[in-house]
Amino acid sequence: MPALDFRLGIDVGGTNTDAVILDRSDQVLAKAKVPTTPDVTSGIVAALDAVIGTSGVDVSRITHAMLGTTHATNAVLERRRLHRVAVIRIGAPATLGVRPMFEWPADLTAVVSAGATVVAGGIEFDGRDLSPFDGDAVARFLGSVAGRCDGVAIASVFAPVSPRHELLAAEIVKRELGQLHISLSHEIGSVGLLERENATILNAALAGVAGDVARALGQALAAHNLSPVTFFAQNDGTLMALDHALRYPVLTIGSGPANSIRGAAFLTGRSDALVADVGGTSTDVGVLVNGFPRESSQGVEIGGIRTNFRMPDLVTIALGGGTVLSGGVGAVRLGPESVGYRLRDEALVFGGSTPTLTDSAVATGRARLGDPSLAQPALRLLEAASRAADLALADAIDRVKTAKGDLALIAVGGGSILIPDELAGVSEVIRPHHFDAANAIGAAIASVSGQVDRIFHFGPGGRKAALDEASQEAKDHAVAAGADPDTVQIVELEEIPLAYLTSPAVRIRAKAAGALGGLYASAEAQAGIHASQH
Amino acid sequence: MKRLLGEPVLRSLARGCAVLGTGGGGDPRIGLLLALQALEEVGPTELVDLDDLPRDALIMPCGMVGAPTVHIEKIENGGEGAVLREHLERLTGRTVAALMPAEIGGSNGLLPLTWAGRMGLPVVDADGMGRAFPLIPQVSMHLAGIDPNPGVMTDERGNVVVFRAISGAWMERLERSAAVEFGGAGAATEYIMTAAQAQDGAAVQGTFTLAIKIGEALNTAVGDPIAALVAVTGGLPLMIGKVTDVERRTTKGFVRGSVVVEGLGDDAGRLLRLEIQNENLVALEQGRVLASVPDLITVLDSETADAIPTERVRYGQRVTVIAMPCAPIWRSAFGLEMAGPRAFGYDFDYVPVEELTGASA
Repeated sequence: MPALDFRLGIDVGGTNTDAVILDRSDQVLAKAKVPTTPDVTSGIVAALDAVIGTSGVDVSRITHAMLGTTHATNAVLERRRLHRVAVIRIGAPATLGVRPMFEWPADLTAVVSAGATVVAGGIEFDGRDLSPFDGDAVARFLGSVAGRCDGVAIASVFAPVSPRHELLAAEIVKRELGQLHISLSHEIGSVGLLERENATILNAALAGVAGDVARALGQALAAHNLSPVTFFAQNDGTLMALDHALRYPVLTIGSGPANSIRGAAFLTGRSDALVADVGGTSTDVGVLVNGFPRESSQGVEIGGIRTNFRMPDLVTIALGGGTVLSGGVGAVRLGPESVGYRLRDEALVFGGSTPTLTDSAVATGRARLGDPSLAQPALRLLEAASRAADLALADAIDRVKTAKGDLALIAVGGGSILIPDELAGVSEVIRPHHFDAANAIGAAIASVSGQVDRIFHFGPGGRKAALDEASQEAKDHAVAAGADPDTVQIVELEEIPLAYLTSPAVRIRAKAAGALGGLYASAEAQAGIHASQH
Repeated sequence: MKRLLGEPVLRSLARGCAVLGTGGGGDPRIGLLLALQALEEVGPTELVDLDDLPRDALIMPCGMVGAPTVHIEKIENGGEGAVLREHLERLTGRTVAALMPAEIGGSNGLLPLTWAGRMGLPVVDADGMGRAFPLIPQVSMHLAGIDPNPGVMTDERGNVVVFRAISGAWMERLERSAAVEFGGAGAATEYIMTAAQAQDGAAVQGTFTLAIKIGEALNTAVGDPIAALVAVTGGLPLMIGKVTDVERRTTKGFVRGSVVVEGLGDDAGRLLRLEIQNENLVALEQGRVLASVPDLITVLDSETADAIPTERVRYGQRVTVIAMPCAPIWRSAFGLEMAGPRAFGYDFDYVPVEELTGASA
């Protein structure tokens, strides 16, 4: 395992794929931006080629590669390359009124489901057994799906209170079916059986995708005679070692915005601020809290499926550098169409014929790009569009806040030239150097996290013991994900009392993060991936 | 009039139940999923008017007692209602003719129709509240003097407890304790009555139809769903604005707190304060009451027109706060004693929302 030297960060966005190379003191040595491709992988390869080919950096010193990618999201949206999953819910005789995957779109179910069952067992909110766990039923079901499934998803009622029935079921799967992917709901989501079960099934369905991406990246790197240790960016803005990513691929969904927010923190040295990431097509406004993206407390839909695993809390609006302007001066319409990566062919200031928000930024003096005189004939439209965009942005900023008061806004992303210096609700606009590569830089920041989100009942040690237990679990998870044990510390600890429950039960969310280290834990998986390249 | 409840109607009903939940009562979404699966498996449930039933027909009011948090994990199996019915019939020697939700607001509005459909029984177009309330005796049957006995509770395992309580308040106390032992929630029936009693004021009639109309108005109104909602409910928009402050705490299992909404557009400069105890209870402006329990106060997302439960209200949301007159039975002296402002610890007398807002429209 090489000592940490140069790091390669790659982040796949909706419009562009960015790559950076950082040195040990986090200085940006090289950066590149290429269009994102429909298959994603060839865009990653192009970004890699660009950043390596143009930098003049001694790339042989690249020891680590960090990838933030949309492969998992795209796989769900396109129903491609998904594994077939056998679903085991533990909760009968409760829960039979809504069967597993009941709400799923039929085409996705057809691709993913290898069959589903609901067996007796499960946990009560206070930790008792809902009913005795029926291991024989699990074994019988597995017999019926053997050879027809690539992985198994297991979700028990109130697994966030105790995972014991899920763990028993997992043992039976190992015994009956041998080595295959197993996703356990208590490791994926929080309270809310159907949403957690959905996220768990998606995780199992995506198990192949992470491996494919790792192989593709490994091959691209090998073409440059590189074999760095590979990490994946996850949706809390930290990294996971490859073996972790192979087990929890669903956690890569939403990593893009999280990378940008982390990159914004890194580039400005701020730990608490608003972050606006303006791309070619859309703008994500998020919140940086204690150095990490604030997480959403609501469920998120992925490809039409409701889930409840953690995701960055964002307000997204369809405004970006390539947003097409239409309508008249009095009733200007912003997008939602975008010229995307064709900006340099189609925008007015580049000699094209499509008025875009980038033209507005040039016309209003916010940016110097192309030939400003080409924007003059449409000046009034461009100014009106600029005012409308500022209002929409201020509105998005207001929505993402959780309290009154002005906050600093860090403007990142290639389209952030659109953002004015003064905005309602914003105390100052900070524009860091390398703002246009904040996402890839965020991916390359060597921080690894672990998290716990489950229900605790206060035992003899009371509240403190429960908080200590949650903190220790989070730290253990961080180390398991590849963090250096010596640097791991708790960065977030939240207690959420449960409504309508009269016994003292509390949901505790604890998150620990530390510097990249302890890489040896993942060496085996790494070797496996590289060995299968040839 | 009888009608069969198909999928579009069920979806509208769920939206309407959320509005009538006045911020509490639990998310009707799982209730909707239970109903949709039952629809697929056994066909549509029949919705009947009270006068479609013989006058001596027995009606079983029912619903879940306990924590909605439990209901999102330990989802019902759909057969709980059949267990309640079986024991109720054994205890009374009479035959249940139809089911009725004790509470139309929130998740309890939908569950009885799933239970009914799975037994091949109809559900009546009525409920015991016309909204959501936290306590078992806060029902029209109690106001009409119906005996709460026998109360029956069951869980998904088939455990059954029969209650003989000396009062509605004791029924509440005993069932609440049993719910904890069942694992935080249980299915319950109490206050059984005849169709004649229900027609004579012991039930709030037409509430399914109202909830469906609300949902349909929200689904189909072009441009301004909230105006359509106001039109079908006789409601009054109190404020269009933005949530600027949320203060919420959980004590003894109840969410209490307040929400401040700052006016936007025509309401710019106004400040509305909502007092919350699970449900939205009181709307105040500059110390003046604009609306209070038992009238309904619902916070809607200004864009989607979806009702926002109290636990999901947060800073920055664009909301429309509307008030709707409660069922007349709640405006009686006994009704106000059970569910007026003073029943929730507020030190002021109830005035109907139409009078408070000066809108005679």
